[in-house]
Amino acid sequence: MMDLTVEFKGVGKHYPHFNLDNIDLVLPTGSIMGFIGANGAGKSTTIRILMGLVHQDLGAVNVLGHSMPSQQAAAKLDIGFVSEDMRLYGAATLEWHMKFVSSMFPKWDQAYADKLVQRFDLKPQQKIKGLSHGQRVKAALLLALARKPRLLVLDEPTTGLDPVARREVLGELMAVLADEDRTILFSSHNTQDVEQISDQITFIDRGRIVDSDDKEAFLDQWRRLRLVLPQHAELPHLPGVIDVGGSGRLPVLTTNRFDPGMLTVCQDLGATVQAVDSMTLEEIFVTSVQHRRETLTV
Amino acid sequence: MHSDLLISQTDGRPMYLQIMEQIKLKVAVGDWATGQEIPSIRQLAIALRVSVITVKRAYLELEREGVILTQQGKGSVVAPDSGLSPRLHEEELAGHLEQAARLGDLLGLTTEELASRLQEASGRRIEDGLPKEME
Repeated sequence: MMDLTVEFKGVGKHYPHFNLDNIDLVLPTGSIMGFIGANGAGKSTTIRILMGLVHQDLGAVNVLGHSMPSQQAAAKLDIGFVSEDMRLYGAATLEWHMKFVSSMFPKWDQAYADKLVQRFDLKPQQKIKGLSHGQRVKAALLLALARKPRLLVLDEPTTGLDPVARREVLGELMAVLADEDRTILFSSHNTQDVEQISDQITFIDRGRIVDSDDKEAFLDQWRRLRLVLPQHAELPHLPGVIDVGGSGRLPVLTTNRFDPGMLTVCQDLGATVQAVDSMTLEEIFVTSVQHRRETLTV
Repeated sequence: MHSDLLISQTDGRPMYLQIMEQIKLKVAVGDWATGQEIPSIRQLAIALRVSVITVKRAYLELEREGVILTQQGKGSVVAPDSGLSPRLHEEELAGHLEQAARLGDLLGLTTEELASRLQEASGRRIEDGLPKEME
């Protein structure tokens, strides 16, 4: 059986203007999951339920073997959480924060913290209020990483970072994975970061999971086929095709269940297959969200 | 960590294919010798800042093609006698021929016309004083 660090079963949460609906999610130990959604899709609510900060109305949540929210105190010892609105004390220095966090968490690794100070190019004596946005994010990340938590939960860790800082942060996240017992969940609307470092990918939209799979499966199963139809030919409905674009004799089909047999079917119709394009994660995300919204309104 | 492979964001092909191609090239030119130990999946993933699952996929395919050998718990090595160099040239040739056929199609050339163009091209190489054995 696969070892799971996070498991959501049928989780729901009702708000006056927003519903999180029937969320099922599994995160295998030792992997990175990228959690992608537009603003307001339900990413932060899901993450807050995972942390025990928001209590679900329905369903079961298990994190590192602890049932949430009832056993959140035990779980939180081993979860490092960094979010955009993370509050550090403006009047205190980074060094003060390091001492403070290390006093609360026995697994704090000072040598690793010192190394991160170097790699992130931070100054321990500087007060938090004098830091730039990027430095603040790196400081918060350092405080979470040096605790050596088994699960890292990062809400938009790369948003607003300059390219150099982004690269440093992604590099440190990957380095965490050298230890096979550690797991990362990070939310983002930057699909390029997610595509690069994630093993697992989950799309969320309007409070529902649109799709969740391992990354290679996503990239393998989505294709765009560019066809040239013979004159007066009619394109029949093909199974697995979720969008037909283009026009007239030059249709462009998008499929989320590509198999080479599709090409044979098209050729048997007398169509020429001009190209079979793979798609970026961003294109896949946008297409699947649009498709989901269309099927829901029909 | 620094890596001697390089993943390009603008290369349209999937990352696992880029990794495979670069490893094959390293083996073909002898940078990675037969029997030599190569980085573990996790090591390479960290060095490239690329997900573990992507590198795992590249290694699985390389193993299937006989380029590397992976032993459970012991890591991976370059396979003895992978016969890679001729195979790489074979693959490259197949790719170019396909392109030539496609372009010929677009220009409305017949197979015979295309074949004679290929003969012309070979002939030019000899006139240029570049007999094939010398390369």
